Amino acid sequence: MEMTRTIKYEADRVKGFGEEVMSVPGCEKLKDCIQCGTCSGVCPLSIYMDFTPRQVIEMTRFDFKNEVLGSKTIWLCASCYACSVECPQQIGITDIMYELKQRAIKEKVYPRGLPTPVLAQEFTKMVHDYGRVNEILLATKMYMKTNPLAAMGMSTLGLGMIKTGRFSMIQEKIQGRADLARMLETVDEGK
Amino acid sequence: MKYSYYPGCSLKGQGRAYEESLLPVMRHLGIELEELPDWNCCGATAYMAVDEGKACVAASRNLAIAEKAGLQQVLAPCSACYLVLNKTQHLIHDYPQIKSAVDRAMTSVNLKYSTDIPVRHPLDVLISDVGVDAIKQKVTHPLKGLKVAPYYGCQIVRPYATFDDQFNPTSMDRILEALGATMVQFPLKTKCCGGSLTGTLPEAGLRLSYIILKEAIKRGADVIATVCPLCLFNLDSFHGKIAAKWESARIPTVYFTQLMGLAFGMTAKQMGLQRGLVPMKPLASAPACCAARTAAAAT
Repeated sequence: MEMTRTIKYEADRVKGFGEEVMSVPGCEKLKDCIQCGTCSGVCPLSIYMDFTPRQVIEMTRFDFKNEVLGSKTIWLCASCYACSVECPQQIGITDIMYELKQRAIKEKVYPRGLPTPVLAQEFTKMVHDYGRVNEILLATKMYMKTNPLAAMGMSTLGLGMIKTGRFSMIQEKIQGRADLARMLETVDEGK
Repeated sequence: MKYSYYPGCSLKGQGRAYEESLLPVMRHLGIELEELPDWNCCGATAYMAVDEGKACVAASRNLAIAEKAGLQQVLAPCSACYLVLNKTQHLIHDYPQIKSAVDRAMTSVNLKYSTDIPVRHPLDVLISDVGVDAIKQKVTHPLKGLKVAPYYGCQIVRPYATFDDQFNPTSMDRILEALGATMVQFPLKTKCCGGSLTGTLPEAGLRLSYIILKEAIKRGADVIATVCPLCLFNLDSFHGKIAAKWESARIPTVYFTQLMGLAFGMTAKQMGLQRGLVPMKPLASAPACCAARTAAAAT
């Protein structure tokens, strides 16, 4: 029988990870956390998370990089900012979640099969290429890449959208797409 | 005062009834809106999850265009657009590294970001610039007897509460009461609807929408009024799935601007009310032409 260790060792820490996150705009106050758990209490999605927001904060601070970046928690954050405004230490918890999402995407360590990071990346591609987002085309792309069968379950909704005149497959494009793309590229050049 | 209108992608897409109702209502109140030329997507919650620097650059292009056009204020009706444009300004203001990334991007295309143009929500403009009394004066068809659950969602008052209370906002309550409607006690005013999780992780996301619908029904509301195209989509679109998973919680959801238009004597069709999947019952106070049409349809 295969036995797995459920307690983390000092050796599992990726030293410096917490410091790195704290150096990012909006994440500085991570160090001030008093572990009161208000964030987990007000989070409407914490009941589905593998680690509660309070745990993610503590694990980030103490360098448990792999566990945090591989967690479902960060992709369950809907950016409702309830934690950020309720935190007695004024920690930008939503912004910390954003920072962790960015790192998980950059290092491609987000859990496979989760549609949220796929949606986020398809979204940015659409903005880069056309300047605007077509919600119907975006949802279609996401389903095709993650769960084509789930798209079938959306056919009633699609019909409803057609019937109410809210369905469009036409991709709107801005005039200044080249400019926008150029602007976005300067960000990579500056890194 | 002229405002630069930043519609965002949803108001041109699935949320077009918001634009269809907002524009005539604002015009009726003497507010001049000019659509921001060649605006691009704000980036919503998705871009910040992939690259914060790029998200700020994309959002700030809109603010630079507004600045170039000499416009003093930007009106952003969608909650995500409103938050992202405001958040971008905060980040540019507070962090030199973000400011220099934005400046570099601007220089590459001969744009300039030099001032923080106020980005405002229609609720803010209506309450602060127009005023409840002026709205009241325009009411010709009071929404007497209509019980409304005022639902603000997340991103209008969180994290930046500028024009309303962060925990118990009342701006929409006051506007809808001026129209003659009755607000039900609605403690879930600022609870999350699930955002994009209704599509990506429906198991978790839909439950949040279900809770809001159920509470509105329990509180005796006839209709939920919202200020956000994604909130409306979530509350209006998944009744079948919600009924299959939990119980039926069918109640119509509309944009608050649609209710304003009705009270100003505009027709349900003009306000895009036919675009909802769960239709709102015609009001007793509806203009005669609508009442006649509804009666004809019923026979």
